[in-house]
Amino acid sequence: MEETLKELGDYIVAQRAADVVGFEVAYGELNVTVQRETIVGLVQWLASDPSTGFISLIDVCGVDYPQRELRFDVVYHLLSPTRNLRIRLKLETDDVTPVPSITSILPGADWFEREAYDMYGILFTGHPDLRRLLTDYGFEGHPLRKDFPLTGYVEVRYDDQQKRVVYEPVKLAQEFRDFDFLSPWEGTDYVLPGDEKAKDAPKPEQKSS
Amino acid sequence: MAEAQVRPFNINFGPEHPSAHGVLRLVLELDGEIVDRVDPHIGLLHRGTEKLIETKTYLQAVPYFDRLDYAAPMNQEHAFALAVEKMLDIQVPKRGQLIRVLFSEMGRLLSHVLNVTTWAMDCGALTPPLWGFEEREKLMIFYERASGSRMHAAYFRPGGVHQDIPEQLVRDIGDFCDPYLRRMDDLDRLVTGNRIFKQRNVDIGVLTQEEAWKWGYSGVLIRGTGAAWDLRRSQPYECYSELEFDIPTGVHGDNYDRYLVRMAEMRQSIRIMKQCVNRLLTTEKTGPVSYTDNKIVPPKRGEMKRSMEALIHHFKLYTEGYHVPAGEVYAAVEAPKGEFGVYLVADGSNKPYRCKIRAPGFAHLQSMDFLCRGHMLADVSAVLGSIDIVFGEVDR
Repeated sequence: MEETLKELGDYIVAQRAADVVGFEVAYGELNVTVQRETIVGLVQWLASDPSTGFISLIDVCGVDYPQRELRFDVVYHLLSPTRNLRIRLKLETDDVTPVPSITSILPGADWFEREAYDMYGILFTGHPDLRRLLTDYGFEGHPLRKDFPLTGYVEVRYDDQQKRVVYEPVKLAQEFRDFDFLSPWEGTDYVLPGDEKAKDAPKPEQKSS
Repeated sequence: MAEAQVRPFNINFGPEHPSAHGVLRLVLELDGEIVDRVDPHIGLLHRGTEKLIETKTYLQAVPYFDRLDYAAPMNQEHAFALAVEKMLDIQVPKRGQLIRVLFSEMGRLLSHVLNVTTWAMDCGALTPPLWGFEEREKLMIFYERASGSRMHAAYFRPGGVHQDIPEQLVRDIGDFCDPYLRRMDDLDRLVTGNRIFKQRNVDIGVLTQEEAWKWGYSGVLIRGTGAAWDLRRSQPYECYSELEFDIPTGVHGDNYDRYLVRMAEMRQSIRIMKQCVNRLLTTEKTGPVSYTDNKIVPPKRGEMKRSMEALIHHFKLYTEGYHVPAGEVYAAVEAPKGEFGVYLVADGSNKPYRCKIRAPGFAHLQSMDFLCRGHMLADVSAVLGSIDIVFGEVDR
């Protein structure tokens, strides 16, 4: 399995050197890093070349790495039923650089790209109808970004006086509980809560009786 | 005024419509009774599952998967468990695998019998759901006896299954199989040859195999077009490669073929269940049901009463959880509705960095416009029934 994937990776790199940055095989899966601009041509070729045959679209999604300059990964999963193989294509983008849409080749990417736009704000050019998909009508923000709070910003309730549903800023009855369960004996590279004052705090005066 | 001046008509189908199978809103553009355009509005059941999973440990993420496709809860957990196991590189013991397969196939029955019968109801038949739900009830009781919960089981956990099942339960599941087949025959006689059901479904919602692949179809819908594609066979997981079953396929790729494939698949599921029951009662009668390393799978309660180490393991696993090595995997199972996949990105901590849920219903529903264009208004609910939508997984 690993060798087949490696051969396939080599073949893709040899045939489409201009579109591909590199590839690796990890956990028995083929990851190919690709160029953003030429993704459409590459997917077209992967679908039509008889020795690849990736005609089935499995998934398109975003991943957010806020510390990077190009913060988003767009990840495509394709399936080749003839060769019984899967491939993962990855490219990088940010919230202003659009990615060419692959809906013209694989129409099944339609909603997956809309979802990536909705959840991360990744823009796709050439998409027939890039609207929000899963969030509320008139929703603002992109909820799956790492800097979007888990509680969100607004909450809804039915107002009996106005006889309609109203939007209000989120009010939390108690502070959001985010426990740190990571073991302090291994792997913490930060100051433990409560320890920050330990060094410079003056020692409590000893009471003399 | 010219005679032919007909105003195009826009109607809302749902979000509260009995044949919308949940909370689907379809904006239909009609030319008379012909559908010109279908615009599905989804997200009314969106709960932010993926965001929530990012803030939970791996074990805490399991129950969210029950709430996706709530017609077959355990199959979803299975995909997540497989993804985590792939990253941790652990093997489930044989008895655990058989229990998983057994309950996965029960999930398939739960889902298919719900779909087939309610779809018949969408087409005007009232009796099938009454018969079908009786069988679902029995299956849910089996779920309850194994996990303590009828629906939200949290039973398949990374490493294996939560608890072993008693022998009597295995026997009762074995006794369930043959009467179920008789009930299938009843349904067959009632629905399969039914004139109204055939008029509503034969040659409706047709698509070719090539189109089906492009639209990201999987499961029953791709098999309905004639492709013998089943992940249980083509990319076998657990012990499916040791079990005997056939993959039913359709010919025309229309609604009616999907119905026939589902009916045939239920019979195959029973066949798999019988083999599992047989092995669970003979060769795999005893043995561990989950991975035995207590760094991943918590120790049993009895052990914790005596062993300090077990107590510490239990405490650490239910507070901090286990750490999963950095990397990314995609694991998929053949869920009743199609390929259900989990794309997991781990950063080496005790929580997933990203967990993308690839739901089959999501990929299928987006082609409603493609399938329904040019059909009559009444065909919309028949097509919707045939693609088997559950909103828990579409909206996530």
